[in-house]
This record gives sequence, C-alpha cells and structure tokens, in this order.
Amino acid sequence: MAKKQKPKLAVWKFASCDGCQLSLLDCEDQLLPLTDRIDIANFPEASRAVVKGPYDLSLVEGSISTPHDAERIHQVRRASKFLVTIGACATAGGIQALRNFTDVKDFISIVYATPAYIDTLKKSTPIAEHIHVDFELRGCPINKEQLVEVVSAFLQGRKPNVRPHSVCMECKRRGAVCVMVAHGTPCLGPVTHAGCGAICPSYHRGCYGCFGPMETPNTRELSAAWERLGVKQKDLVQIYRSFNAYAEPFYSESRIHESKIH
Amino acid sequence: MKAKSIKVDYLARVEGEGGLYIKVKDHQVVDVKLKIFEPPRFFEAFLRGRSFREAPDITARICGICPVAYQMSAVHAMENAFDVKVDGQLRALRRLLYCGEWIESHALHIYMLHAPDFLGYADAIQMAKDHGDVVQQGLSLKKTGNELAALVGGREIHPINVRVGGFYKVPGKRELAPMAEKLKRARDVALETVRWTAKLPFPEFERDYLFVAMRHPDEYPFNEGHLVSNQGLDIAARDYEKHFAEEHVEHSHALHSVLRGAGPYFVGPMARYSLNFDRLSPQAQEAARQAGLGPVCRNPFQSIIVRSVETLYACDEALRIIDEYEMPEAPAVEVQPRAGSGFGWSEAPRGTLYHRYRLDDQGVILDAKIVPPTSQNQKVIEQDLREFVPERLDLPAEKLCWQCEQAIRNYDPCISCSTHFLKLEIDRE
Repeated sequence: MAKKQKPKLAVWKFASCDGCQLSLLDCEDQLLPLTDRIDIANFPEASRAVVKGPYDLSLVEGSISTPHDAERIHQVRRASKFLVTIGACATAGGIQALRNFTDVKDFISIVYATPAYIDTLKKSTPIAEHIHVDFELRGCPINKEQLVEVVSAFLQGRKPNVRPHSVCMECKRRGAVCVMVAHGTPCLGPVTHAGCGAICPSYHRGCYGCFGPMETPNTRELSAAWERLGVKQKDLVQIYRSFNAYAEPFYSESRIHESKIH
Repeated sequence: MKAKSIKVDYLARVEGEGGLYIKVKDHQVVDVKLKIFEPPRFFEAFLRGRSFREAPDITARICGICPVAYQMSAVHAMENAFDVKVDGQLRALRRLLYCGEWIESHALHIYMLHAPDFLGYADAIQMAKDHGDVVQQGLSLKKTGNELAALVGGREIHPINVRVGGFYKVPGKRELAPMAEKLKRARDVALETVRWTAKLPFPEFERDYLFVAMRHPDEYPFNEGHLVSNQGLDIAARDYEKHFAEEHVEHSHALHSVLRGAGPYFVGPMARYSLNFDRLSPQAQEAARQAGLGPVCRNPFQSIIVRSVETLYACDEALRIIDEYEMPEAPAVEVQPRAGSGFGWSEAPRGTLYHRYRLDDQGVILDAKIVPPTSQNQKVIEQDLREFVPERLDLPAEKLCWQCEQAIRNYDPCISCSTHFLKLEIDRE
C-alpha cells in the first residue's frame, strides 16, 4: 500500500516583526513530533528548501502595506487550501496601521532621507480585507499553545477550540485580583479577546489590548469607567490606538474620543 | 566578455525579507547588494506623540526575536532623559531577563539557522533526521532561554513586565529557584555546544574588521557601558550621532550605518567577544580557549562558536544573579518626566542597539531615532562577500549561492529589525 502523503504547511510573511512565526519554532517540545504529521513545505525563516504548492495549510503573518504585497497575497490564497492568519498584523493591520490615521507621506519623510525609494500603501490593512481567510488567530504575539491547537484541529479536520470571550474570563480562571476594581488601574481586559492567559493583570498591570477586541465588546461602557478613573480623552484615544488600532471596535472607539478632544 | 550573476531572491533562515545580488565580470566581483525589501513600518514616525511609558511596549514590536533588547534600550534612553537611576536588584533582574533572550536567540541561530549550513542540510528538521540528539539539545537550550525570559518578563515574545523605572512585578527569591536547576542543565548543554560547534568545518576566511561594541568596567556588556572599538573609539551614548551616520541607499529599506571617518564597522557577538574577552566568566574563557579561539576572533564563520561561548556565559551570569538575588522592596523606582533628550543603548543578541528620544515636559515623545544592529552590519556583510566570492567562482552555481547565504547568516541578520531592513542575486558578466 502506498504511504499516505503528509499535508503540506506553508508560512508566509508580510509586514510584521516575525514574532508570530517564531512562535512555531518556540514550540520546542512539539516541533519535531509535529513534522511527523505535517510537511513543513515552505517556511523561509526556518528552511532554504521550498516544496512547490499547492499547500494544505498556510499560516499568514503580517499586514498588507505595499503594492507588491497586495498582489502577492492573492498568489498565496490561490496556492492554499486552508488559510489561517496569525497575529495582530495579519488580523488587524498591526501597529503599522497607525499610518491609517494620518498621511503616510509624512511618515516616510520622517524616517527616510530619500522618500522616492520607498513604495508603500497609504494604509496597512488586515489580510481578510484582501482575500477570504478561513480562520483568524489573534494576539501580539499569538499564544503558541493556541497555534498548536489550530494546527492540530486542522490535522483532525475539526474547528479550533479558541474561545472569543474576554480576558476577564481568563483572569478569573487564573484567580488574579481585578486590577481595575481593587487598585483602580485602567484595564482593557473587559473588551479584549482572550488567549494570552491574562498575563498583564497577574503582573499587576492593566491589559493593553494586544489580542484585539473580543466578540461584541462594550467599549462605550469601559471607556466611561476609565473616565471615572480620571483617564483623559487624549489618553483614551491612544489606549485603543496601538497594536490593533485598525480593528473596527477599537478604531471607532478611538475616533469617538478623538472627536471629544477638540 | 563573460558575465555572470548570483541571485538569491529570498534569503532563508534569517528573520525578515531580504535577498542578495552579486555581479561578476571577468572573474571580478563588480557589485554586491544586500537587498532589503521588508516593508517599512515607520516606527520612528508613529512614536511621535506617544507617551514615554509606551516606548518599551511599542518598540518591542520592531522585532519578535529580540524584543527584550528594544525594551532595554528604550527604558535606558528614557531613564537617561529623566535622570533616573535603576540599580541594585532591579538592574540585576534586567540583566537576568536579557540572559534569557540571549540564550533563546543564540540557541535558535546556532542550531536552527546556522548549523545546517555547515553540515549541508536545508534546515534543522532535515538535520534532525541524522543528528536528532544534537537538534533536541539545541531545542532544550532554547526552551530554557524562553522560560527564563517568560519568568521575568511575563512571556518570551513581547514581554509585558518591563517599564521605565523597573518592572510591574518582581519575582520572589523562591520563584527563581526552580529556574536555577534548569539553568545548570542549560549550562552543561551550552558547554557541549561550544565543543560541538568548534568541530564544524570552517572556511579559511579572516578580515581585519573594525569591531564596535559596548564595554563595561566589570561586566560582559548587556545594558551599560561605553561604546568602544579596536581602533580607539570610546564614547558615551549621548555622543553616538556625532560619531556615526546613517545613509539611505536605493536597494535597501534599512539605512546603512558608517563610523564617520572610518566607514563600515562590525557589531554583534564577534565584536563583543573580541573587545570584551577579559570580561567573560572564567568558565566561558576556558571553553573558548579549548575550542581553539584566541581572545580575538576574525573569521565570521566562527561566530557560531562565539555565540556558543556567549550562551555559556549567559547561563553562568543568570545563575550568578539568581544566587545573589534578594527581592527588591519596590518593583520600580519613581519616574518624573521632564523635557529634554535621552540616549540609551544595550547589546542585543545581534549587536548594539541605539535609541534616542526627545521628550516634552509631560514625557510625550517629540522625536525618536532607533539604530538596530543589522543595519549597522549591512556594509560589512557586502564587503565580506566582495572578498569571499572571487576565490570561489569556480564552484558550481548552487554551491556558491549556498556559501554566500552562509556568509550572510554569519551575522544572524534580523531584517524585520533593520527596516527601517534581505533577497541573493549573483550577476556574472
């Protein structure tokens, strides 16, 4: 009987810090066993060997921010049967989406002496704004256990068990003291997507939203609570405007507070 | 006339997107371009208007491989601006966190990115089929580095526990104890790594480099010290921009750095080692000697041994810190912002990382400048290839290409960092 071929995995990079794809190499205990079940066919950060597509599973890191990448993502989609975006850049545009609130030309001239050499788009956008995405994994960076869960679920042909509730649920489960109630520390936990394991509150720090908005977040009420703690409008703008600034609920909420400054 | 080109469209086993183009005419290398097409992300631009408190979290996102380096350089620059001194156990904890990142990043590069070149494998997974124990050993070392970074920093990638003035929460002495047991095992593995890398086949290739690295009166440099060279440079952080310039070239999204009046220079483990051999722990010095390294190393291919020696040192240093640790009374010292400029640097696994900020009296960032290690090494990498390629032009194209890639990987380039920052083409004419 012929040996069954292993499914082929590809890892793609767009504008990003490489941290989310590094999470795959950070699965030190699972990495070699995983390669018994899946072929790492195209993963330039880890290998110079490239197996031709199509690929059964593609992991896409990074946002679309150049004309070339806006073309390339369509090639990636055509070469992929199942495509998962990993991290805040790929799912929300990343920290580099802060350009979306201003004129990118100003940004270029601040950093580069010869702006004419730079070819960039006005906006940094999530992958799903360009192509159909089969599953989005949140986080800046993603949680590596969740990454293993997504790959395992794919191999078993089931839906990944990744909960869309808030960081608060994880915080309670961890038994951490609520930093907002107990210490008056502003925390984005009530509106932020779970997945990190509520690390910040357990380190006595308010959540800063690196996993992006949860499903149906009540950002209005949370902002009101922050205002009662004395947080100013301009600071509210900035707290929603970080690694997931272009995710719709955070985007709109930051716009609301921006309009209140003037 | 015979023209040839060597091209690597997408350089593998480096962090980020780049390539190489080399043009050869009549057996002479006429052009070398390390191309960096990683999309620019404009950190220095969007840092303007943000609070000093956000700088460690935001700049960490420049690089997922060495976020601790960004956090450290950022907090040092801010503390410099506000005239805040963080010392004692808080300073030691920062060093401990940095040890975790060095162990993780070096183990990743030694075993997964660089060693496969020496042994002729496309990657560590292929290598594991014949050298399973070696790869397992590397992964275990890497894991310990990550665990240490996560223990002090909250998580290994983009730690959450670093702030200007110190930390949000500091560990108790008992929390660090189990880590010491793991680090003792890691130290044994690191020593074995020095011995193993010393036996790899090295091409004969040495150059008279201009080495630049930090140096501290008592310590192997992480967070503090002057910047020195093997040609007499000795400066404080606030004088960095008087001595170094950045140039914007068309083939790279990473600005090229030069030392004014001297040109290209070399940062990273080999420079650090060659300028600070006497600051290594006795065990690390002894391991380096046994591996056949002198106090100065000029063969960039041997940087894999140097990284192993530094990994051993980082294990030693982490164990020393844990042994002497007493939990500080407060997790951070108080910080009062004031208007002015702050300068900071630290030794990232890949080399010196410089930050400079100008701030208003509320601590809002008015202007930022960040110079990562890989952008400083771009010119030296190109120079290495100009010397490396001519003697090897008779090699089959695929083999030559691979060796050029290996010569680039000697620097563990991190392209995500340097873009503000790699693809290989060799053109033969």
